[in-house]
Amino acid sequence: MTLLNPLASSLSKGHAMPTENRDDTLAAPHAQAGAPALAAAIPAGHGHVTTSEFKIRARDVNVFYGEKQALFDVSLDVPAKSVTAFIGPSGCGKSTFLRCINRMNDTIPSAKVQGSIEIDGADVNAKSVDPVVLRSRVGMVFQKPNPFPKTIFENVAYGPKIHGLASRKEDLEGIVESSLKKAGLWNEVADRLHQPGTGLSGGQQQRLVIARAIAVSPEVILMDEPCSALDPIATAKIEELIDELRSQYCIVIVTHSMAQAARVSQKTAFFHLGKLVESGPTEEMFTNPRDTRTQDYITGRFG
Amino acid sequence: MTDAAIRPGAPARPTLSASEALLKKRHRAEKLFRAQGVAAIVVAMIFLVVLVGRIVVQGYSTFETHTMTVPVYLNPERIDASALEGVNYDYIVAEAVMKKLGVQDDDLGTVSAKVMDLTSRDFGFQLLNKVKADKSLIGKTVEVTGSVKADADLYYKGEIKRSTPEGDRKLDDQQLAWLDKLKADGTVKTGFNTRFFSNSDSTEPEQAGVLGAVVGSAMMLFITALIAVPVGVLAAVYLEEFAPKNRWTDIIEVNINNLAAVPSIVYGLLGLALFINWLHVPRGSPLVGGLVLALMALPTVIIATRSSLKAVPPSIREAALGVGASKSQTVFHHVLPLAMPGVMTGAILSLAHALGETAPLLMIGMVAFVPGVPENFVSSATVLPVQVFIWENASERAFHERTAAAIIVLLVFMIVMNAAAVILRRRFERRW
Amino acid sequence: MLTWLSLLFLALFSSAAFMAGRGRAVKSAGGAAARLHSLPNYYGAYAALWAGVPAAILLLLGAMFGGRVEDALLQAQRPAAVSALTPDRQAVFFSDVQATAEGQAASEVTYEGALKVAFDAKVAEARTIDGVVRYSTLGLAGVLALIGFFLAVPRVNPEFRARNRVEGWIAGVLIACSVSAVLTTLGIVLSLIWESWRFFESVPVLSFLFGTEWAPQIAMRADQVASSGAFGAVPLFAGTFLVMLIAMLVAAPVGLYSAIYLSEYANRGVRATIKPLLEVLAGVPTVVYGFFAALTVGPLFRAGFNWLGAQMIGGPLDGVGQYLGEVQNQMALVAGVVMGIMLIPFVSSLSDDIINAVPQSLRDGSYAMGATKSETVKKVVLPAALPGIMAAMLLAVSRAVGETMIVTMAAGLQAKLTANPLDTVTTVTVQIVNLLTGDQEFDSPKTLSAFGLGLTLFVVTLGLNIIALRIVQKYREQYD
Repeated sequence: MTLLNPLASSLSKGHAMPTENRDDTLAAPHAQAGAPALAAAIPAGHGHVTTSEFKIRARDVNVFYGEKQALFDVSLDVPAKSVTAFIGPSGCGKSTFLRCINRMNDTIPSAKVQGSIEIDGADVNAKSVDPVVLRSRVGMVFQKPNPFPKTIFENVAYGPKIHGLASRKEDLEGIVESSLKKAGLWNEVADRLHQPGTGLSGGQQQRLVIARAIAVSPEVILMDEPCSALDPIATAKIEELIDELRSQYCIVIVTHSMAQAARVSQKTAFFHLGKLVESGPTEEMFTNPRDTRTQDYITGRFG
Repeated sequence: MTDAAIRPGAPARPTLSASEALLKKRHRAEKLFRAQGVAAIVVAMIFLVVLVGRIVVQGYSTFETHTMTVPVYLNPERIDASALEGVNYDYIVAEAVMKKLGVQDDDLGTVSAKVMDLTSRDFGFQLLNKVKADKSLIGKTVEVTGSVKADADLYYKGEIKRSTPEGDRKLDDQQLAWLDKLKADGTVKTGFNTRFFSNSDSTEPEQAGVLGAVVGSAMMLFITALIAVPVGVLAAVYLEEFAPKNRWTDIIEVNINNLAAVPSIVYGLLGLALFINWLHVPRGSPLVGGLVLALMALPTVIIATRSSLKAVPPSIREAALGVGASKSQTVFHHVLPLAMPGVMTGAILSLAHALGETAPLLMIGMVAFVPGVPENFVSSATVLPVQVFIWENASERAFHERTAAAIIVLLVFMIVMNAAAVILRRRFERRW
Repeated sequence: MLTWLSLLFLALFSSAAFMAGRGRAVKSAGGAAARLHSLPNYYGAYAALWAGVPAAILLLLGAMFGGRVEDALLQAQRPAAVSALTPDRQAVFFSDVQATAEGQAASEVTYEGALKVAFDAKVAEARTIDGVVRYSTLGLAGVLALIGFFLAVPRVNPEFRARNRVEGWIAGVLIACSVSAVLTTLGIVLSLIWESWRFFESVPVLSFLFGTEWAPQIAMRADQVASSGAFGAVPLFAGTFLVMLIAMLVAAPVGLYSAIYLSEYANRGVRATIKPLLEVLAGVPTVVYGFFAALTVGPLFRAGFNWLGAQMIGGPLDGVGQYLGEVQNQMALVAGVVMGIMLIPFVSSLSDDIINAVPQSLRDGSYAMGATKSETVKKVVLPAALPGIMAAMLLAVSRAVGETMIVTMAAGLQAKLTANPLDTVTTVTVQIVNLLTGDQEFDSPKTLSAFGLGLTLFVVTLGLNIIALRIVQKYREQYD
């Protein structure tokens, strides 16, 4: 972590560039300043790196839904305080893998997970790990914005309330305000905190959901195609937000859009038919993929 | 992961021990909530078991009966061949039983009266019929088999106990001793109660059966099915496939949903006012019962049919219309046949529901005592659930046993119908 | 009998029309059916429909209303001797005339003198009228069938769009069927209002709705004691409400919790076992519940309370003990509890549907925040499902209010204004059954009051249903 921290801050500085510049090219992502540094910091091949540099370490993860195997021997490391993107055609297992990280697959009765996923060296699937605690440290944002049918305030206050993070009303209000501010939504909703969250626009709803996730101060935020239900302007706002949040959280994002992966992530993992085909620094993946399947996918031959 | 990193700007987590305590509390709450759910299910299941179990326990003994076979000497001194109807056959039977028991009647006839308490009046009727058919039997001995009286039956089944003080039971010690003797020497035999299925209602419990009610129920359901199923299905076809979406069809739709929730007794009032007072359909007949239940079943048939029509994918309709079939041809050649298993399932279920309905039938005069099988659709009839109601009101204890038995018969019919619906659904269900 | 015979004959004639229509179509196409606009059978069906249906409708109407027409014709002219009789006697007179004319057993009233003359005359008249009405119906039906036949068959030619015409008939039948549902409602409303109107002519609406004494016994003779009944329905409403409340106290928690358990916790195997069992509970006829209440739960509760009372007598709660010792089988509690059992599967399956309609994404959102299952249910799922669950409860209340057999068999007949669940109460439905079983005279307020109660019941349950169904509809739209 100590190794990555100054790096991350330098990265985030390097990224504080206007949004309109982002969409310029697909092949050359915006991380011009950061990428070489990242490449230098991380030796080739991630097996050698100590766990402390990586927030999440997954080894030989297999997932079955009943009879059907959805993931095959996935091993992957996710760096802390940066954005990692999972890309691949639909049904390739990227969302399944994402849901393993905070054990959301527990809610599907037929799902069975094998292998180990460690966060900061602790196996999330260990018997001693309480999924409730795990999920309070690993936030998640879903494909479709899913605010609870309650007020904006209650939506954000939900997590702190159930986890007992605020004993006084003022504390709770403080958490709600800071979370909404971090999610970039405060200015838009400050005067209507007690109106239903479902009344917001799609993009606002998604930022509300991000604020809700931030409110319990997680260490990791998982995003499952967070922009697929949004229009381009709302998407741009969310991407901007992800970029800002990177300095504080380890973010994993599943995306369908290669352009988005290129825009927001520092590391990319490509999944195909339940297998992890290739992973590495985003720039490298997009400019110089090692596997032909990756190449075919990013050049648009399938997917 | 254990070092709950405190970042600037992030709210401070409570200390480790506090959060552990909270977590424990939360998991306790979780377990408690889950236990409440399990408890609710368990309570519901206990109710089911107690309800069904209690009825089976109360009713199964009806299916066992005690019959007595005695040789009866048709004493010519007592039988006036010119007035066969006026003879006291019950006394002749009592004489035969007393002979079996080896006791003599006294002058006041108390012994014979006590003996008569043990045998059904059916013996007397059997003798009358025999003598009527063949007068030459007078003076001979004939063998007659019939039920013992309900109280004696209850004693054999252990419902009337010797331990009860003599004054509190219907039969005195002497009668119990006689019953024991008759049982011991084989005069009284235990067997399956076929009379319960071959007889209709009777004022005497040991003679009462469910045949009339079963036939009445069948006739009534026939009328109900004849009206509710075609009308309901066609109405649903119109609403689902033909009707334009406008205010008028909206009203019909809301109306049908509300009709399905109207209390059944209101249908009884409608039947009384419309069919009986206005159209003069005979009271208490299977026809009027069937009509009322048809009106009641109509909305459920419509709703079930509509949902199975909805389940047929639009591609089928498009395919049929695409080859030049008219709207009606599309619906009647393709959509309706595909929806038929669902339609039939819904229809059977609503008929099963109608079979168990009682309240509206009380309104239209189906509470009369009907001792036989209904002859036709306009004669007085009784049906199974009403029979249950009538017997439940009877004061004799033996009728309570029969009430439970009639319920068992009713439940068996309902289970058969429901099972048929389930099988139909499993067999022909199509997944699109 | 005559009706059936003529219907059979009509069916034969209609088949003949079918053959004629079909034959003519095929012949007109010169044997090449492909030249016809529609399939040959449609031409046949067209002819058969016109020949059969109008006449059949007439015959059925005749069977239904012929008797009433005859009655009206017969009673139009009343001989002076008959008019002198009281209205009741006149009714008996005419029913005797009918019975005698039809060769059935008349009442035991003997008619003498002028009445005898009038009677014989009327019997003869009845026979004539009967013949006239019957055969004129038949004749008219025959004419209709022939008109239909000769209207339809000549129209058959290859260009004639028989299929469209037949489909028009089909559409007509379909519309008629769907209108039947509306007619049922109309029938309910009109018959209830009509009979209630007659009731409210003798008993003012306000004293019915707000009166606190219910004693519908009407004396047979005017000089009898208590010759006028009291028709204040408040005790019935109170009794209905009390029983409903007890039922909901049983059904709402048990039903809701089992729905939550089944939809959120239970695995597939448990669901597959429990749900059909609950359906069994739902399928049990109410008369069976009534039997269970009257002969099992009632005596059980009574014994329980009596025992409890016996423990208390002599102690500090002596008064309560004395009271409990005298509790009877027929108490509101028994009817309420058993009705609650009956409603469990109803509440459970409705709530289950409602809870399942809450989108999975909301649950996922909550789990992802680290909420436990119960927190998710209590703080996200149930609040989201609340309107739907309220609607389900309203429907259950409506069922409880309209339920008849359990209360008839297990609650009492005494109209008491009490909130004590151990007391015997009576309900609206019990009184309706009680007033309408047995002999009825349709002009006494006693009988008619049942319709007043029925109208109240209908209005209340309809109101509850409309509100509930509307809430459910809005709720579903929200998540669709």
